[in-house]
Amino acid sequence: MQRRDFIKLTGVGAGGLMLPMSGFAVSADQLLDKPMDVAYKKKLADIALNAAKAKGASYADARIGRYLNQFVTTQETRVDNIVNTESAGIGIRVIANGTWGFASTSNMTPDSIAKTAEKAVAVAMANSKFQTVPVQLAPVKGVGDVSWNTPIKKNALEIPIKDKVDLLLSVNDAAMSNGANYITSVLFLVNEQKYFASTDGSYIDQDVHRLWAPFFATAVGKEGFKQRTGLGNPVGMGFEYLDGKEEDKIRISGANVGYKNSYDIVEDAVAAGKQLQAKLKAKSVEPGKYDLVLDPAHLMLTIHESVGHPLELDRVLGYEANFAGTSFATLDKWKSGKFNYGSDIVNLFADKTQPYSLGNVGYDDEGVKTKEWDLVKKGTLVNYQAIRDQVHMIDQKESHGCCYSQSWRDVQFQRMPNVSLKPNDKDISADDVIKDVENGIYIAGRGSFSIDQQRYNFQFGGQLFFEIKNGKITEQIEDVAYQSNTQQFWNSCTQIAGKSDYRIGGSFFDGKGQPSQVSAVSHGCPTTRFNNINVINTARKV
Amino acid sequence: MTILTEQHAKALLEKVLSFSKADECECNLGGEVGGNIRTARNTVSTAGEQSDLTLSVQSTFGKKTGVATINEFDDASLMKVVKRSEELAKLAPENPESMPLFSKQKYEAPKSAFDSTTNITPDDRALAAENSIKPSKENKLVSSGFLQDATTFIAIMNNKGLFAYNKSTNVDFTVTIRTEDGKGSGWVTRDYSDFKKLNTKTASQVAIEKSIGSSGAKELEPGKYTVILEPAASVQLLNNMFGSMNQRTADEGRSFLSKLQEEGKEGGPTNKLGEKLFDERVHIYSDPMHPEAPTAPFAGDGHRVTKTDWIKDGKIVNMPNSPYWASKTGVEYTPTAYAGSGLFGGPSQIIMAGGSDSLEDMIKDTRRGILVTRLWYIRALDPQTLLYTGLTRDGTFYIENGKIKFPIKNFRFNESPIVMLNNIEALGKPQRVNGSMIPPMKIRDFTFSSLSDAV
Repeated sequence: MQRRDFIKLTGVGAGGLMLPMSGFAVSADQLLDKPMDVAYKKKLADIALNAAKAKGASYADARIGRYLNQFVTTQETRVDNIVNTESAGIGIRVIANGTWGFASTSNMTPDSIAKTAEKAVAVAMANSKFQTVPVQLAPVKGVGDVSWNTPIKKNALEIPIKDKVDLLLSVNDAAMSNGANYITSVLFLVNEQKYFASTDGSYIDQDVHRLWAPFFATAVGKEGFKQRTGLGNPVGMGFEYLDGKEEDKIRISGANVGYKNSYDIVEDAVAAGKQLQAKLKAKSVEPGKYDLVLDPAHLMLTIHESVGHPLELDRVLGYEANFAGTSFATLDKWKSGKFNYGSDIVNLFADKTQPYSLGNVGYDDEGVKTKEWDLVKKGTLVNYQAIRDQVHMIDQKESHGCCYSQSWRDVQFQRMPNVSLKPNDKDISADDVIKDVENGIYIAGRGSFSIDQQRYNFQFGGQLFFEIKNGKITEQIEDVAYQSNTQQFWNSCTQIAGKSDYRIGGSFFDGKGQPSQVSAVSHGCPTTRFNNINVINTARKV
Repeated sequence: MTILTEQHAKALLEKVLSFSKADECECNLGGEVGGNIRTARNTVSTAGEQSDLTLSVQSTFGKKTGVATINEFDDASLMKVVKRSEELAKLAPENPESMPLFSKQKYEAPKSAFDSTTNITPDDRALAAENSIKPSKENKLVSSGFLQDATTFIAIMNNKGLFAYNKSTNVDFTVTIRTEDGKGSGWVTRDYSDFKKLNTKTASQVAIEKSIGSSGAKELEPGKYTVILEPAASVQLLNNMFGSMNQRTADEGRSFLSKLQEEGKEGGPTNKLGEKLFDERVHIYSDPMHPEAPTAPFAGDGHRVTKTDWIKDGKIVNMPNSPYWASKTGVEYTPTAYAGSGLFGGPSQIIMAGGSDSLEDMIKDTRRGILVTRLWYIRALDPQTLLYTGLTRDGTFYIENGKIKFPIKNFRFNESPIVMLNNIEALGKPQRVNGSMIPPMKIRDFTFSSLSDAV
């Protein structure tokens, strides 16, 4: 299913909700069908691998995928749509004549699979006439038959639709009883049942679950209108994320509630209604230099844009030049070993192993066991994100394990793993970070994010802005955006809260590539302070 | 075979409807056949072909609706998808805004499909890649590009007698050409319904010239400048503005077209229909029959779409709405046309009237100004004023006394299309971009807020 089909199915056209999902609609009960038998998947995968080898492939992998999605959309007091989708098929990737080839099919008969494998080899052979340098794969030792699954407690697909509808309508009621005039709330559930096999001797069966429950509330007053989105995060969890446990709440004095590993969406909707009314009356920010204290539900996207994307090796090398762009973090800067990405308290790491994160899997989509590695250590750039056919370009021998494809239908390529900011060794709180700020702004939630194609200049906004005077949050303000340069910004980082404040936020639909593919990625961080940042006022008379 | 003829599609949908037991049933059949080639670092990085055929069935009992979709077309599968949609409809709560389906419509017949595009071969795509790679190598430049072509069809039938069918073809080509030292970058975009109109050689030459010409950019102070926005630079701002013109959100007080309740007066917000908001030269409309940018002459619900003025003489003359909202407010239902493939949910087709001057003529007539090739990473700052931010990219030049004097460093802009369409100095000849027709525009006092080091 393409993005445009998704919009038709959900009946939602708002930019923030233009979310592509793969699959075909099926009835609710069908989502609970048993996954395909592993032994049968192995048999089908072997047909693909053998057919590719027989046609001259030096390497082949096959991904048999069954992708289940459910989305429920409500507005105010009504349910707009309930859609269940399923998509199944096989994607076969090969190397022949030193060149990649790929083909996929939803027809899973042995004959169709063999033909698809042959087509992948033919594509590789045809493209090899343009290839100037043969593909060089970092070695991976076959792992045999293994399995992995997201450690969920409640399978969201097993929760009755009525319970989901009731929850969303109670969210809408909570927001509208407390100051919102309009609200859209949505539940997105994703289950990827993925089987990977390669000529290296790996047969990997994985069951991956993700969930996101965003809302978008609006209040209309005589002054105009204001919007506030929910502060919950998309997660690699089951329905237990919506339990909203007290121990997962971090209350910031005078501001908002931050959510760790579970989310009280009704409480957040109540807050949204009240904060919308405050937004309508809030004073407009005075532009100038401020010390910023950034809440994790906001800072996660700053990390995503200013660290995650510029350190994707394919961008650095120019493979994304015609679409997303290239990167300021060029190889010479990394090779020097001295490139000062941030201040010396800044440690940024990549992984696909953090529990509850969107990137969490046992193995990536080319059969590499996932791990954690450093990107920026004590402020210095030390590494990139790279996969099997890239690591030799940065003189490394082991893939980082961050290859991903959005479905069986699309070819896998390098995608951003979780990229996170390490907490302070000293376990200080968000309030501790705020208390030393004389003249600052505390920002929570994700707003408008814009960054140039090499990731130097950015301008970011948020959902909630609070003035900080002499170590205390005083009042809600509006019209805030900060403009900075990536290196300058991370070098102005002066304080990071400790591990008790560490929270994981994420992006459910991060786009990259041509044709574009989406992936889900998380970013963990605690509340963090950045000094002397340029703040502009975004209000304008037209 | 995933592109069905009108007759074949009709027969298939009649069969689907024969299985329906719902009060109302609408079937939507869409197919696509196409291919693509992607290049980077002066070589092909990926290439592929894809085809898809999908049937979507919407069943309604009273005000309860369910949707199910399938890509298998034997009788058993067709019965299954109808049954699934009926099951989902029974599970769904009543939607108070549910509207009856439309009866038989009369459609115009745009020339939207061209054999030249349907017949594109892998060799044609490879040649397009070569047409940018070869001259790039000769000029010691680095080319990265993408060509995508598709033939699509859509057919809609319901049990109220409506049947709609449209086939269209589209080809999109973009290429970014950079200098080896990374100090210059040029870009070009072309899209057509008819592949014969695409000349990847001359298009690539534009990107090559911009790449070489953009090297050694000078810094200008951020501020307000007269700009010439190429069509690719303004199309997204215009699309974003058009996407915010919905009547319902305006009536509800949450749009730039909302008129807030005046102090001391009764009642809620109203909208700005009929008000002059822009320079009187602004004329924006949609027209599925446009020869350069044809598209399906019907909406996703099968309702006919004909030429519709949205902004004329700078005034808001129509606002897109839904059947429910049109009926509630007692106005005519005015659906939008979709750009390009004719499939629904993509950007709307926008035709903006202009003049007869070419981009070159407009540069000649400019004493001081900035030429902007494209704007990038456009994000909303304030939905009330439609203030957007983003950056210039891949070729930004200073113009003096009718000539391009030197390349300049990229800027971040913070500007509203409302301001932009009030500050028009001149409009050039509209060109097709992203399935829409947009003129190059000379705009005074366009706000650049900071400099970017990005090339």
